[in-house]
Amino acid sequence: MIDVGLGHYLTLGAVIFSIGVIGIFLNRKNIIVILMSIELILLAVNINLVSFSIYLGDLSGQVFTLFILTVAAAEAAIGLAIIVVYYRNAGTIRVEEIDKLKG
Amino acid sequence: MIVHAIFFYVFSIIAVISAIMVTVSKNTVHSVFFLILDFISISCLFIMIGAEFLGMIMLIVYVGAVAVLFLFVVMMLNVAQQKNQWFVSKDNSNHIPVGLIISSIIFFELIIVIGGWKYKPELSGASNSQSSYDISNTHSLGQILYTDYIHIFQISGMILLIAMIGAIVLTFRQREGVKKQSYIKQISRERSEGIEVLEVPSNKGVKIDD
Repeated sequence: MIDVGLGHYLTLGAVIFSIGVIGIFLNRKNIIVILMSIELILLAVNINLVSFSIYLGDLSGQVFTLFILTVAAAEAAIGLAIIVVYYRNAGTIRVEEIDKLKG
Repeated sequence: MIVHAIFFYVFSIIAVISAIMVTVSKNTVHSVFFLILDFISISCLFIMIGAEFLGMIMLIVYVGAVAVLFLFVVMMLNVAQQKNQWFVSKDNSNHIPVGLIISSIIFFELIIVIGGWKYKPELSGASNSQSSYDISNTHSLGQILYTDYIHIFQISGMILLIAMIGAIVLTFRQREGVKKQSYIKQISRERSEGIEVLEVPSNKGVKIDD
């Protein structure tokens, strides 16, 4: 319990990943909170990669965390731009009313 | 070691509670603030276990860019007060137990994987090992980032460029009724349409319609 090891960090990553998945299912009304839950999931993946990288002594995990950070930033920018355009055209971003694609 | 444990538990409890508050809180602006708190505590954890470059980059990228982007969009779209009544929704509310079941299955799978996980001892001395402690984390990360991973690094730069261009193209809008300077009109004026020579009668003047 006192001796914090790799398992503690992996457990923290698992908890945050599960909270992100719960957030996607729970917030079916607000698409911005869904995007934030996706950010939480990516954060959990980053925790796993960094803790493995530190405890195994291999720096590749931190490099891949850097790339995940890049992709997460690009994804947030594009997703929020799509949300802004959709709000401008349709007047709403409630998830139930986004049915233009008839999916 | 005990200090390490105390810091780990404090930051991880803050991270987990703020992650729960991100999904649960009714106001979207509060969700963004809890997301910022989550990123800050996770980057403190990263700095604590020795990945200080990534911790600082997380602070800069997430707190400085992504969270501010979220805040801008939330405040611009006026959805801050939009209530997400996720417990009192009468219609098709069967997604909440499904979500809870799926995420608890994922959580227990991850816990089982972590509990039964053993790594081979020869894996720990891998090629890019951070063996020497006389160079910093940033130094050693840069040494392999610009040599072994240079192509992926440049591809990630291209991804950022494409994301920037895509966001600009998506949100750019040509407004109607705005007077703008048109260079091509200005430089393509001819003398024949620009000036006009008039015969001015004396004592009468001339009327110029503009």
